[in-house]
Parts: sequence; C-alpha cells; structure tokens
Amino acid sequence: MQPPPFEGGGCYEGCMMQTLWLLLIEQGWGAAILRGTLVTIVVGLLGMLIGLAFAIPFALARWTKIAALSQVVLGYTLLVRSIPGLLVIYLLFFGSVESVDAIATFFGFQEAAKNAYGFIMGVASIAIISCAYSVEVLRGALQAIPTGLLEASKSLSLPRGVVYMKIIAPLMFRYALPGLNNVWQSTIKDTSLVSVVGLEEVMRLSSIAAGTTRSPLFFYVIAGCVFLAITGVSQISFTYLESRLGRGFKVS
Amino acid sequence: MDLSLIEMALPLLWKGVHTTLIIGFFGMVIGLPLGIALALARLSSIRWVVAASSTYSAVFRGTPLLVQIFILYYGLGQLGAVRHNPILWWLIGNSLHCAILAVVLNTIAYTSEIFRGGFLAVPRGMIEAARASGMSPWVTLHRIHFPLALRQAFPAYANEIAILVKESSLASTITVLEITGYAKRLMSETFAIIEVFVLASIFYLAINLIALSLAGWLERRLATPDGRTRRK
Repeated sequence: MQPPPFEGGGCYEGCMMQTLWLLLIEQGWGAAILRGTLVTIVVGLLGMLIGLAFAIPFALARWTKIAALSQVVLGYTLLVRSIPGLLVIYLLFFGSVESVDAIATFFGFQEAAKNAYGFIMGVASIAIISCAYSVEVLRGALQAIPTGLLEASKSLSLPRGVVYMKIIAPLMFRYALPGLNNVWQSTIKDTSLVSVVGLEEVMRLSSIAAGTTRSPLFFYVIAGCVFLAITGVSQISFTYLESRLGRGFKVS
Repeated sequence: MDLSLIEMALPLLWKGVHTTLIIGFFGMVIGLPLGIALALARLSSIRWVVAASSTYSAVFRGTPLLVQIFILYYGLGQLGAVRHNPILWWLIGNSLHCAILAVVLNTIAYTSEIFRGGFLAVPRGMIEAARASGMSPWVTLHRIHFPLALRQAFPAYANEIAILVKESSLASTITVLEITGYAKRLMSETFAIIEVFVLASIFYLAINLIALSLAGWLERRLATPDGRTRRK
C-alpha cells in the first residue's frame, strides 16, 4: 500500500478548529454524516424489527418442535450464525443485482430501483442476520418459562390465544430482553458492513469524506463516535426497558 | 453445480482458509492473555486503572470492527509519525498485520468482558479462605481465582473464538485475501454467486465445527470430577 503523502503537519489548535469548521460545516460533511447516521439507524431498526417479526414464529416453531419447520429453522440459524455477515451481504447483493436490474429494466424504473435497491437489500441482509440471532435468544427465553405456569394455564382451560398473549409473550420478552439487547448492539454494528456494497450510511459517507478530503483518521474517528453514541443511547434505553418489563420481579 | 468451477474455486478458497486461520490463531494466542489481563485491570482497586481499562473495553465493544480496521489502516497509516517508525509501520503498513492487530485489539475487549464475569462469579468465600490460609495474593490468583474463573468463562470464550473466525472476514475490506475476500473475488469473476457462497460457507462451518468441538473437549478436561462446569 502506498497512501498519499501526509499533509498539514504543522497544524495547531487555532488552525485545527478552522480545519474542523471547514471540513464539517463549509464543505458540508457534517450534514452528510448526520444523514448517514439517520440511514444507519433506520436500516438497523428496520432490520432488527423485521428480523424479530420472523424470529418470533421461528422460535415458537423450534420450541413447539413443529416437525419440518423446526429443522429448517435450525439449519438456517446454524448457517447464518457460523458464517460472517459480510458473506451474507455479498450473497444478497451480488445474487440479486442481475434479477433486480432485469425486472427494473422491464418495468422501466431503473433509476428509482438503483436508489432503493441498496437500501432494501441492506435492510434485508441485516434482517436475515439479526433474525438468526434473535431466534436463538427467543428460543432460550421460551425454554426458561417455568412449565408449571403453562400447566396451570392449561388446567384452567384458558383459550390458546390467551395463553400465548397473556402468559407466554410477556414472559418470553422479559427473559429475552438482555439477549435481544446484545442482538441489537451487534445488529447496529453490522449495518456498517453494508457500506461495503455502497449503501450510503454513516460508514460509507465517512469513507467518501475521508477519500475526498484526505483526512481518513478524522472521519473514521467521527464514524466511531457516531456508533459509540448509538450503542450508548441504546444501552440506556434497554436498561430502562428492562426495569419496566421486570417490574414486580425485582430480585433483591 | 459446475465441476470446473469447483476445480477453480476450491484451491483459492483453501488459500483463504490459511489466512483466516492465521488471523484467528493470532487473535486467540495474543488476545486471550491480554484479555485476561484487561479483565484483571478492570477488577483492580486502583481507580485510574479501572477507568482506563473500562473505557478501552467500552470503546472497542461499542464500535464496529470495520471502523476500527479503517481507523488503523487508513487513519493511522496516514500519520507521518507512524510511517517513519519502522515498528509501527510494520504493524500498520502491511494489510495482514494490520488486520491481525485490529482483530486482536477487538477481541481483547470482548475477552475481558467474558473473564470479568468469570472472575466475579468466583465465590468470595473461596478467596477469603485462600487468603486466610496464608496464600499471597499472587498465589491466590493463580491457584484459586484463575482456575475457577477459567472454568466459568470457558464456554463463553469458546463462543468468542467462533466470533473471532467470523470477524476475521473484515480483513477482506483492506485487501487481505482470506475466505470472504476470495469468495467476493470469485463471485464477481464467475457470477456463480450461490455456488461460491455455499463453498465458502462450508469452510466456515467446518472451521467453526472443529473449533467448537476442540473447545468442548477442553471444557470436559477442565471440568471438576463431579462434572460441574457452569454456575448453578
């Protein structure tokens, strides 16, 4: 590797503030990175929620041991959890680029497709990855539900819907929350991988900024700070949620 | 599946396996002792040591490895001080070395978290008993505290090794050709996306399977005669 020669060696405090101002405000990289942060959060949240929406039935299928579905879900979680997220992303992006192009050309909305494509595929790959981890967490939570409670609800001959909504679901989420916190933290970090295939989230925009302004250290550190802020805020929210969902169950 | 494709892809991916294993190996061999040291630092009674080590762990666990690799490779690689220092340039300037460095720094943070939990799970009474029977703090650490913590933390650490192997794939973003790097190249050259994906996945699954069964064997070796390896 032969990076460009180092520039701006003798930069001191006043000059540094000036450079910061120039880079972030006048050249507009600050706004670009904020926009990227927003994309990161949206991709992360959508991916996590879609993943969770699929993970709940999958985990139930594994828990109740529905014959074929349980095996398929097991294979899926095993596969996705043992290969790198980057590989999943490459599969989705490279694997679909031709067909999407063909469909878009056929219906004549190439431009719109190009813009939306990265976003949709980004969300899809993040969802596929986070879903696999969520299934494991939810399955563990379901197994942690005391069988006595389930037997009691059965002996009261509660309707199945009531058992699922009033007993299984609340307990499952209470037990699963710490694990889901972990899944979310790694999901939001995984969104940075989508930058490799060109989705303009915070990492991608930092790369562009780093390339154009030739100050990679500065912009990658900013990207790092953005992620630190996101994970920090979500840690606080999860701690709050945990205390809410666990109310009345304080172990002292 | 096309046979000639396999003939072409397998040797390349196999070369990638070597690189993946090299990164994983160094991550483990350097990361484990330093991770344990960091865990001890986080549990020490000196305030600034705790603050520094906790900050390190929080920063490296709170940011994606991709960001860390880019900061090291592109960010620090640009600084004159790094470029003119032969040792630092040896570490940062070579993409494989830099990837190993990033993976090591990252895994240290996670390993410290795992072992911190392990050390905290050692019953206080055991430590007090050891101290009461006249063991020095050092002897207590390596005869009582450490063996018990290791047994407690081992299953989680085995999991961390599996994560390490997966995380090594990010080396491909700084031009290191390991499994994922070769897979990407093959995908864009042959357009046989699914086939290459399947082959690469098989390699990762095999590595994980071997690593996890080795870990399982070690876990049984570490177990107490009554077979209790975990808490509860």
